[in-house]
Amino acid sequence: MERNLMVAGFGGQGVMTLGKFLADATCHSTDKNVTFFPSYGAEQRGGTANCYVVISDDEVGAPLGDAMDDLIVMNDPSLHKFLYKLLPGGTLFINSSIVTSEITRQDIKVVKVPVTGMALEMGNSKVLNIIMLGAYVGYTQVVPAEVVWNTIQQKLGKKPALLPLNKRAFEAGLAIGAEQREA
Amino acid sequence: MARQFMKGCEAIAEAAVRSGCRFFAGYPITPQNEIPEYLSRRMPEVGGTFVQGESEVASINIIYGAAQTGTRAMTSSSSCGISLMSEGLSFLAGARVPMVVVNVQRGGPGIGAIQPAQQDYNQATKASGNGGFQMMVWAPSTVQEAVDMTYAAFDYAQRDRNPVMILADGVLGTIMEPVVLPEPRSAEEVARLKAICRPWALVGHNPETEQRALVDSGDWNTKKMEQKCIDNAALYESWQAEAQAEELFLEDAEVVVTAYGISGRIAKSAVKLLRAEGIKVGMIRPRTVNPFPAASYEKLDYGRVKAILDVEMSIPAQMVNDVRLAVKDRCPVETCLHAGGEIMGRREIMDAVRALYR
Repeated sequence: MERNLMVAGFGGQGVMTLGKFLADATCHSTDKNVTFFPSYGAEQRGGTANCYVVISDDEVGAPLGDAMDDLIVMNDPSLHKFLYKLLPGGTLFINSSIVTSEITRQDIKVVKVPVTGMALEMGNSKVLNIIMLGAYVGYTQVVPAEVVWNTIQQKLGKKPALLPLNKRAFEAGLAIGAEQREA
Repeated sequence: MARQFMKGCEAIAEAAVRSGCRFFAGYPITPQNEIPEYLSRRMPEVGGTFVQGESEVASINIIYGAAQTGTRAMTSSSSCGISLMSEGLSFLAGARVPMVVVNVQRGGPGIGAIQPAQQDYNQATKASGNGGFQMMVWAPSTVQEAVDMTYAAFDYAQRDRNPVMILADGVLGTIMEPVVLPEPRSAEEVARLKAICRPWALVGHNPETEQRALVDSGDWNTKKMEQKCIDNAALYESWQAEAQAEELFLEDAEVVVTAYGISGRIAKSAVKLLRAEGIKVGMIRPRTVNPFPAASYEKLDYGRVKAILDVEMSIPAQMVNDVRLAVKDRCPVETCLHAGGEIMGRREIMDAVRALYR
């Protein structure tokens, strides 16, 4: 069993952090093999950024697969650029606050999470990736939510003041993911 | 030991420290910056030295000086940066001074691209500088293998008194993977390893009780220089017995895929997927590219093997020449290639194998 995820968006949306937290949590909570591969140009905030996470029972061959089981897109350009990579039956997670294009493919599942709007309501636009991570974990249940939260806590250890906000963000995402999984 | 989730470059750097490396000099270049970044923090923790040279040329010569004392030393760079180090590498090999050099390959030639490639195979295995010297070249395909090879590389370097290269690439340098790190060598052990080098190392000998040491990459006496070349050649020849390759499904394979490094792991995954479809395909993945594991190709049953598919992220293909030398025209050798920072996909390898299998 191998699961390929691609996360894509603008630089600054926390795309890499999202992928890294998920991969790190997988490494520490399971016996599975996992790779995280970042791909970005010379840009920082505002440029394009994407990363690949592969979780597998066997050795991971290609750290960036040519076909994705799951695709998270945080902006419109990423949707147009990468939607073709999603396998039939795969799941598309979109930041529905700013990804407004109609999804034309009928052979995929779509999970809409208005992460930009939710993050702004929480008072910090930067937590949009943590909301999306929550939604992804809530929907796929690929790793236990507690383990992912432990990873977030550990990684944010130097800035404990940010933990309550991130906890709210993660839990809000989890709830949406779990709800859409039931639906 | 528990596994850790580490980036390839950082894992290589940590493995070097654990092997006893106590001196690093280098100059920044993508995609290997995390090696010097990591070591700039880590070296002082173990009483080692980190130097950011003013260039690659300076850095390799700083290493030349440091390594002459028997201190385990390393530098790292990427492709065009390695080219700048070629003169220094030749001097190190000529003077038979041990060190480890890591090439995290990117696109080429020239400034190329900052994205991953395998465009430096010939440079690494055939001529990393003037004078026909050679280095053992290890080609990891996972972060774990990069760690294990880097850890061992310092021992090979010291044993042979010769530079050893780790030939990685931009994917391996930047991916994060679970890894189990080897036990760090204690300060006493590191000191003991250095002390072994004393007879030849420039550490200050007592002229009344000890033999003088001299480190020199050349000799004006032609007879002596010729003897140096003969001794070097004997060393290079001795490596053949240490060539390593991972072999998979060769018992009944009709098509054999061959690839090293990042292409090797992607090819392995493609081969497993093809096997699941019932296609009789096997794989040879060189772990050392110098010495080249020719024996793995020698023992194939060419009555059964229809073709070999060489997969590389290099255009033109480079390793294919060594494969052809080993195969000796006993079956066709085809290629499946990418370059310029474009990364190999499993599907295209699978399509190429299917085309040869029919």
